Amino acid sequence: MIFGTDLAGMLLGGVAAGMVLFIVSVGLSVTMGLMGFVNLAHGGFAMLGGYAIVLAMKHWGFGFLPALAFGFVATAAVSVAFERLLYARLYRAAELDQVLFTIGLVFIMIASVTVLIGPENQPLPLPAMLQGQVDLGVTRYRTYSVVLIGIGVAIVLGLWLGVERTRMGAQIRAAVDNRRMAESLGINIDRLFTVTFALGSGMAALGGGLGAEFLGLDPQYPLKYLVYFLIVVAVGGLGRVTGVFYAALLIGVLDFALKKYLPQGGTLFIYALTILLLLWRPQGLFGGKAT
Amino acid sequence: MTAPSPGRAAHPAALALARRHRLRAWEPIPWVLAVAFYFAFPRHLGFGTELLITVLFAISLDLILGYAGIVTLGHAAFFGAGAYTVGMLAKHGIWTEPITGLILAALIAAAVGLGSGLVLLRTRGLTLLMLTLCTMALLEEAANLGHAYTGGFDGLDSLPIAPLFGVFDFNPLYPRTQYLYVLAALFLCFAFVRTLVYSPFGQSLTGIRENMLRMHAVGAPVRTRLVVCYTISAAIAGVAGGIWAQANAYVNLGTLGLDRAATVLIILVLGGHGRLYGAFIGAVAYMVLSHFLSKIYPTAWQLGLGLLLVVIALFARNGILGIGEAASRVLGRR
Amino acid sequence: MNTPLLETRGLCRNFGALAAARHIDFRLEAGARHALIGPNGAGKTTFVNLLTGVIPPTSGEVRLKGRDITGVVQAERVKLGIARTFQINRLFRRLSVLDNVAIAVAERVGAAPSMFRPAGRRRDVVEESMHLLETLKLTNDAGHRIAELPYGRQRLVELAIALGLKPEVLLLDEPAAGVPSAESHIILDAIEGLPRHIGVLIIDHDMDLVFRFAQQITVMVNGAVFASGSPREIGANPDVRAVYLGGGPRTGPPHPPDVRRVPAEP
Repeated sequence: MIFGTDLAGMLLGGVAAGMVLFIVSVGLSVTMGLMGFVNLAHGGFAMLGGYAIVLAMKHWGFGFLPALAFGFVATAAVSVAFERLLYARLYRAAELDQVLFTIGLVFIMIASVTVLIGPENQPLPLPAMLQGQVDLGVTRYRTYSVVLIGIGVAIVLGLWLGVERTRMGAQIRAAVDNRRMAESLGINIDRLFTVTFALGSGMAALGGGLGAEFLGLDPQYPLKYLVYFLIVVAVGGLGRVTGVFYAALLIGVLDFALKKYLPQGGTLFIYALTILLLLWRPQGLFGGKAT
Repeated sequence: MTAPSPGRAAHPAALALARRHRLRAWEPIPWVLAVAFYFAFPRHLGFGTELLITVLFAISLDLILGYAGIVTLGHAAFFGAGAYTVGMLAKHGIWTEPITGLILAALIAAAVGLGSGLVLLRTRGLTLLMLTLCTMALLEEAANLGHAYTGGFDGLDSLPIAPLFGVFDFNPLYPRTQYLYVLAALFLCFAFVRTLVYSPFGQSLTGIRENMLRMHAVGAPVRTRLVVCYTISAAIAGVAGGIWAQANAYVNLGTLGLDRAATVLIILVLGGHGRLYGAFIGAVAYMVLSHFLSKIYPTAWQLGLGLLLVVIALFARNGILGIGEAASRVLGRR
Repeated sequence: MNTPLLETRGLCRNFGALAAARHIDFRLEAGARHALIGPNGAGKTTFVNLLTGVIPPTSGEVRLKGRDITGVVQAERVKLGIARTFQINRLFRRLSVLDNVAIAVAERVGAAPSMFRPAGRRRDVVEESMHLLETLKLTNDAGHRIAELPYGRQRLVELAIALGLKPEVLLLDEPAAGVPSAESHIILDAIEGLPRHIGVLIIDHDMDLVFRFAQQITVMVNGAVFASGSPREIGANPDVRAVYLGGGPRTGPPHPPDVRRVPAEP
């Protein structure tokens, strides 16, 4: 084992990658936990949002932060339209129909992006402030990755506060735990879900854009990483923000560590580990009840 | 219990039940058409062979999805297991006889099905779906890593397959032997699945699909049934994969990929799941359209496919056969 | 008789801080007609779920004919002779009435694992299923899908399935619930016609039904057994009446209790 700078670098890289996974997947986890809806198109929203952010910066001259805001809002708005018009019709539908619908939606998203923009990878143009390296004492590391970790921590804290301290957060927790009881308490589940869906998709957009460094950004993105997002969500436990956070970190760090020490079998190890984990605890490491 | 009177079995519902498994007049049609195709389109037998293999793969999925109600996106794991069994045995000169090779492919795929089924079918819903994806991805990764044996990303090509019965050559350019061979295998597997579906075992699968809680409450060993069904389904998918490798003399990672698994799901749903013949109709519809459109306008094809799926999920969840059934109900009422 | 057909000893079940079942000692004899009553939320359905193995107890035992079945799963208990109906129908809605019953009968007689002979050819299964439908006057509905039936007759199919399992213990969870009063006599007649040797436990709120049917009544409140005895004893018990005055569909048992069709206990 190589200690010191290498270890720190590996950890930082893994944590940064984990943050990206978290930001993208947290929306999927909450909407799955809330509505039990199998949304395989979630990665598609991440992709669309990522493209919105990148293109806003490249072609419309948006600054970094305004582009992020634009990506968030635009994706959230689009997702609300989809949710009200299409998703809502399938909440009581069989799992198969939800799977078919969301696969179809992903195909539409991928094809649209390929036609309108092209199949190439879209790198995220970083503002000068975020380029280069920063000195952390123990090691020097890419500024962007460190900032990403900071953003991730900020988001998880913000979400955690939102879920634990606000009334809407309490409603979400109640509905995830027991939807029928929440409804009988007068909670408007449909409206709650629309808001959650919008926030989750907007968050995914941020993850798609910010994470373009790690995961790339091309039309195949939603299908390439589908299994990873599902792994993070299932391992973390549906509807648990903190669960997704820890699961994403775990997967991110594992992935980085394995790339270094087991370059050949890394992905395989993660798949095998996921299967074993979920057999031991089908509700996820941090989940409350089984799916 | 008092002796049941003879009139009881004559009740129309009982008679309908007793006759449910009988061959209907139109059931030989697909087979007649398949044989006719052999004579009518001798230059399209490659397409025909691919079509028949797809039907076989879709039937295997129908058993676990349409009848037992288990949604899986990882069925290509078994297709690939069968394909790679045949491929590796042939390429490394261990075994090239086609029929026994196919049986081996079925056995290996069944073993994979049994192992993964025992383990996965303890979960339900999203977790199960995700685990099926994970298992398939795991096998794909393993095949990629073991490139010394599996050919890795490029796969194994020019597989030496011994002539059928020692006489009939598998010639990739003139797939006459392949077509009839696949047709025979498809017929046998279909006959088996059809028998299974009308048996009490098949009925219990339908019960599990319709109301799993009720099946527990009538004393059915639900998980055992599902594992058995999953294993059989895997074996047949393995036959499809093995035959694919034999017919094409080629195997690659695509046999284990999400693309193949998603495509077979789409085909089955398009034709109509839980209806045995949906596999035939879906495969024909999909492959004919795909043959003409997907290579010319690949992006438009994907877009159209996506729209089709959305429409099916919202309005036509029982596929083409479902539309046909609804139409005949409406017409029957007039 | 010393060994009861079905018994629980100290049966407890907690859901977190909620004690849904508290040290329940319960006996059901062969041939019994036993009713379980109590206000909403008393834990009656939880108790049935514990008896049938749907949920495991936190502590305590369940014994069938003296044998400890606490660890036995639901499907196995069915094979041992415990059947139940559900408060809300659990049927195969898209299948016909005959199919619904035939699936249950096929499981019981062991026909279900068979993969080769067509299900319709098992004459024993089909005839027994039709016989069951006859006894419950469902013959005319045999070919109809569940979804097409009025709710009362669906409840009957629920009962037919349970009877198709040839149980020794039959647990009926609110058998007449949701049935329009015009149709409820069908259910009541069916319950009265149940085989004599079966031990039957009915949960219900309908006091007419309870007092007409039961030889023994157990009252549950807050997860514990509150009172137990003959219909006369329970009817005369002032504490039971007090428990019901706070809520529930009736303010108390009819007075005096109707004992005309209660046969002597075996």
